[in-house]
Amino acid sequence: MSRAMGDIVGGWRRRVLWGTMGLHDIRQRYRRSILGPFWITLSMGIMVGALGLLYGTIFKQDIHDYLPFLAAGFILWGLISGLITDGTQVFIGAGGLIRQLPAPLSTHVYRLLWSNLITFAHNALIFVVVALWFGLNPGWTALLALPALAILLLNGFWMALLLGLLSTRFRDIPLVVANLVQVMFFITPVIWKPDMLPGRALVLDLNPFHHLVEILRAPLLGEVPALENWLAVIGITLIGWAVALWFYSAYRWRIPYWV
Amino acid sequence: MAEIQLDKVSVAFPIYNASARSLKKRLVGAALGGRIQSEAGPSVVQALDDVTLHFRHGDRVGLVGHNGAGKTTLLRVLAGIYEPGAGTARVEGQVAPLFDISLGMDQESTGYENIVLRGLFLGMSKAEVEARMDEIAEFTELGSFLDLPIRTYSAGMQMRLAFAVSTSIHPDILLLDEGISAGDAAFIEKANRRLQEFTGKASIIVLASHSERLVKQMCNTAVLMDHGRVIGVGPTEGVLRQYLGRTGHG
Repeated sequence: MSRAMGDIVGGWRRRVLWGTMGLHDIRQRYRRSILGPFWITLSMGIMVGALGLLYGTIFKQDIHDYLPFLAAGFILWGLISGLITDGTQVFIGAGGLIRQLPAPLSTHVYRLLWSNLITFAHNALIFVVVALWFGLNPGWTALLALPALAILLLNGFWMALLLGLLSTRFRDIPLVVANLVQVMFFITPVIWKPDMLPGRALVLDLNPFHHLVEILRAPLLGEVPALENWLAVIGITLIGWAVALWFYSAYRWRIPYWV
Repeated sequence: MAEIQLDKVSVAFPIYNASARSLKKRLVGAALGGRIQSEAGPSVVQALDDVTLHFRHGDRVGLVGHNGAGKTTLLRVLAGIYEPGAGTARVEGQVAPLFDISLGMDQESTGYENIVLRGLFLGMSKAEVEARMDEIAEFTELGSFLDLPIRTYSAGMQMRLAFAVSTSIHPDILLLDEGISAGDAAFIEKANRRLQEFTGKASIIVLASHSERLVKQMCNTAVLMDHGRVIGVGPTEGVLRQYLGRTGHG
């Protein structure tokens, strides 16, 4: 256990390295294009605009209400699903480096969190535009989004540790996870609102993704998230870290053999 | 003071083919009481078998042996990449592994950016890289090319860049895998001089090589490996004779 913790602390010390690598990850994808990383912003904008108009009409929603809701939810979903699906590849993708470079393995997890956070920052611009357009002012409540973002990243960390480790050993897991994430997108209130569901179903309360999205989305829309959302997220964080740390302590040393 | 102590180290690789890595096989295997699993159980390659070695300050160690004898695996254990499955490995001092010289190069970044990136990979801080930037840039002889993305470089130019950064660090323990050579004749001479200067600073060097000339030239100790076992340790001359005797060349 102490060696696993040492690995995670050691990874944090290499922050200049993963900071640079994370930036390169983003820049490499958009190198030599005119808009550069703002393609992330643009494609998210088009997506939110199109979905907003379509589903706003289908669900007969007031666009002033619905579009900010959708924009916030969709962008957050992008962050969460990105963390999870990239998390399954975190060690596999860095195989060459892992076999050549004696660095704490968590370095690769930090790199993944960082590059996903950069992408998220580009997407967040869309929410700012939408909020300004519809005159939505969340006020000071929006500050509640900051601790929520921090705890979300903390969850992304254990998910990448655990899923990355399991995926390196069992190569079906990334495919299983990608499918599950896709299904969860439709089950979680992202394009539909929780109050559209007749009778508060278990689908909401038992869905960890609902709580994860809600603690961040509510403050962005100027609402205070329910206490139960926060409690659920704290519970997920504690249990997730405990399980991930257990696996990571036991099998971390095998990862260079598996990649 | 740098020191390396390996005590009864063994490393075994499970070989997972597609079917052994698949979750389905695992689950079906469990459901059938492990019958299928035992049939398709992972085969194991014993890469290092009961290796005990001790190197001290000033040792210049040459690892010799056939392909697949375990030289690279041993280097990776020394680098701390593989934790041995059995036995203990104690390595004291800052280790710099130079295995893949082009590791961590980003084709779309400029020469300068790559110098920084590579320096960070090798464990330098950003300030350290920047302090050595002029020296590194001068050694590459690439001049204004350093402002261009390295995808515009020839293979030889990329090699020079990688070589210059890699040899600008001052580690206690230097691990070299074979094939560290760079560029045209004039550069090779310059590189050799630098390599000598560079290796002169390290406290312990472990070099895996097939070239007996290189081993003879650089090492005062040699280790002969075969099928993951150490079958000879001692002064270079004697071990090389043993090695050549086995291959039938000598």
